[in-house]
Amino acid sequence: MFRNQYDSDVTVWSPQGRLHQVEYAMEAVNLGSATVGLKSNAYAVLIALKRASSELSAYQKKVINIDDHIGVTISGLTADARILSRYMRTECLNYKYSHDTYLPLNRLITTLGNKMQVCTQRYDRRPYGVGLLVAGYDDKGTHIYQTCPSANYYDCKAMSIGSRSQSARTYLEKHLDQFSNSSLEELIKHGLRALRDTLPPEVDLSTKNVSIGYVGKEQQFKILDEEETAPYLRLIEGEERRGATSEKPQGPLRDDQGDEPRDPMPDVAIEAAEHAMDTD
Amino acid sequence: MSSIGTGYDLSASQFSPDGRVFQVEYAMKAVENSGTVLGLKGSDGIILAAEKLILSKLHEPGTNQRIFNIDKHIGMAFSGLIADARQVVQIARREAADYRQQYGVSIPLKYLNDRVSMYMHAYTLYSAIRPYGCSVILASYEDGEPTMYTIDPSGVSYGYHGCATGKAKQAAKTEIEKLKVSQLPCRELAKEAAKIIYLVHDELKDKNFELELSWVCKESNGLHQKVPDNVYQEAERAAKQAMEADSESDTDDL
Amino acid sequence: MFSAPPFWENGPAPGNFYNFPNLQPQVQQPQDFRQHSQSPVTTSTSLVGITYDKGILVAGDLLASYGSLARYRNCPRIVKINENIILGASGDYADFQYVKDFVEQKVISEECLDDGLALKPKSLYCWLTRILYNRRSKMDPLWNNFIVAGIQDGQPFLGTVDKHGTAYADKVICTGYGAHIATPLLRDSLDKNPQLNLAEAKALIEKCLEVLYYRDARSYPKYQLGIIDVEQGVSIEGPLEVPQKWEIAYHSKRF
Repeated sequence: MFRNQYDSDVTVWSPQGRLHQVEYAMEAVNLGSATVGLKSNAYAVLIALKRASSELSAYQKKVINIDDHIGVTISGLTADARILSRYMRTECLNYKYSHDTYLPLNRLITTLGNKMQVCTQRYDRRPYGVGLLVAGYDDKGTHIYQTCPSANYYDCKAMSIGSRSQSARTYLEKHLDQFSNSSLEELIKHGLRALRDTLPPEVDLSTKNVSIGYVGKEQQFKILDEEETAPYLRLIEGEERRGATSEKPQGPLRDDQGDEPRDPMPDVAIEAAEHAMDTD
Repeated sequence: MSSIGTGYDLSASQFSPDGRVFQVEYAMKAVENSGTVLGLKGSDGIILAAEKLILSKLHEPGTNQRIFNIDKHIGMAFSGLIADARQVVQIARREAADYRQQYGVSIPLKYLNDRVSMYMHAYTLYSAIRPYGCSVILASYEDGEPTMYTIDPSGVSYGYHGCATGKAKQAAKTEIEKLKVSQLPCRELAKEAAKIIYLVHDELKDKNFELELSWVCKESNGLHQKVPDNVYQEAERAAKQAMEADSESDTDDL
Repeated sequence: MFSAPPFWENGPAPGNFYNFPNLQPQVQQPQDFRQHSQSPVTTSTSLVGITYDKGILVAGDLLASYGSLARYRNCPRIVKINENIILGASGDYADFQYVKDFVEQKVISEECLDDGLALKPKSLYCWLTRILYNRRSKMDPLWNNFIVAGIQDGQPFLGTVDKHGTAYADKVICTGYGAHIATPLLRDSLDKNPQLNLAEAKALIEKCLEVLYYRDARSYPKYQLGIIDVEQGVSIEGPLEVPQKWEIAYHSKRF
């Protein structure tokens, strides 16, 4: 693996005006299993692929409840995500306590972004190594937000993050115009298909490894259990699968595996061009 | 003297032998990697314009705006890292609120500029923190007087009649210099600003972009706000026409 | 008196004796005695608020008294907060100004976000309740009785908070002396006619202020009227005159 002299700290600018440590933190997001978020006018849905750290362990929780009107799914370092979600929960509670109403999504994300930015500017910190997809409903309707370790965040129509999420994003882009008027069932089907596109051919979605959460008008954020997930999975069963076929076969999805071995440098550069140094 | 590999360019608290602080210069590079932003000071107010690059089809239009309100009468546009800029925005808003609390009137831009630039400058003094990766343009219209400043990552700030930062700042500045900005009213400047943003946008490197336009002027009663829809559409139309006229004249030359 | 800094944290300073390891904690005499305000200074009197079919009226006079002295005679205390909230206050005028500045900055900060969301009446009402309750728990109350009037979800909302943090919402709310004098009058009228229109509500308010002016020695015949209407939005009228009939005074023996 290459190293350059400008990648030791978040406090060091490279001569090109890049922050390598932040870009590396962005890579942590790609190590997590994929997760998808999408929304219609009435619902925002999060669908995540869960991994088990060993044959004996349970599957790692991927969808987290923040407040009645907000839920998140994570990709990257789970422990970092817990800090961020605790922060978001506290913010929502405080706002509800003092204003007797739900905290609007954009304001929550703005404060979260400002909290995360501090870690990208100080020697004694490191960026949070986790990406979040935040789904919520407020006075302005449904929202899907994506946050990054770089402290950037995006207001999205639909998004996918995590390992091999490009295939899911391709699916989402292709069907983008259908989402806004979809029913909840249609929306979840789209989400499941997008998520399935990130899987290698020999692995399939199951009630064990899929987690679904949704929120909407007069619908508090709800995470489905295995029993409730099954009917949705049956809806897309037997459909022809696309994408991810060229990827190398992989055993059961495991947390300690990460992605298949690869040369990290080009990846950094590619991802960097796409996210880390986005200045927008 | 070259900076790279000498080891004198790894910390904001270190000078190179020839008296430069390279970390600050590198932070400026981050600004130059981002979409162009410009400000024009006309006879009756100020126009801010930004070229917001669209990174993904999946994003909502209007996400990651590049122009913010700082106070009722002050606007800020930036180029560079958005996360950094939001931090500066937060500080500026806090300073504006603090001033109002203490003195009971809104902060004059001169003072806000002073405080924000000192804040940004403080981040260039220590090895434990890095300089901000953004330049900001501050604009206000107070008592019939438009005022505009830009602040660089170094904390240096200047007042301007017309200024630009970001990717195509040179090209934009050249275009601005062709105008007699201080004689034009804001409605005209909105068109000019849009034209410049469209002109300097590099279609080969960056595919899509969104034009952001805001003003603080007589017509907006001294409030900083997005330009009204009709002004925006007019400006956008003027810009697109100018681009077409431009490409036609190019083909004529051939 | 100069004293050198200690050698280490909580350790001895040059010239000090240091009993290690049995450091005796020095008995600290509390020095930070503080007496908070126990009464208001410059005060304003009653506010009268009533819900009508399409909105809310809030009225209050313009006097700020210094004790029993009618000292300042142009002190507005009904203010527009944003397009759907009116805030009124009685009690200490300085405390009201302090809170008003705070709320106004809150609204400006919110406008700056430009996200199309504005402070809602119930939010402000809740927020003020938290502030006032917090201050009274510190034994340092803001000496006010606030009325928040607004339109939320197309419905009129009228709420009040006092200096103890006691808060409630109702169709009729009066503060100060008016709580005793005007509330019964308003409740009575509302019982007879639950769906007042604007004109009827205005007449009723005027009547209340007239009675209050006769009965309340801290009141004043110049007043402001805040109107918040589902269709018309916010307006603050005034200064208006309280109608007075002094002829009848001669029937009173004590006059």
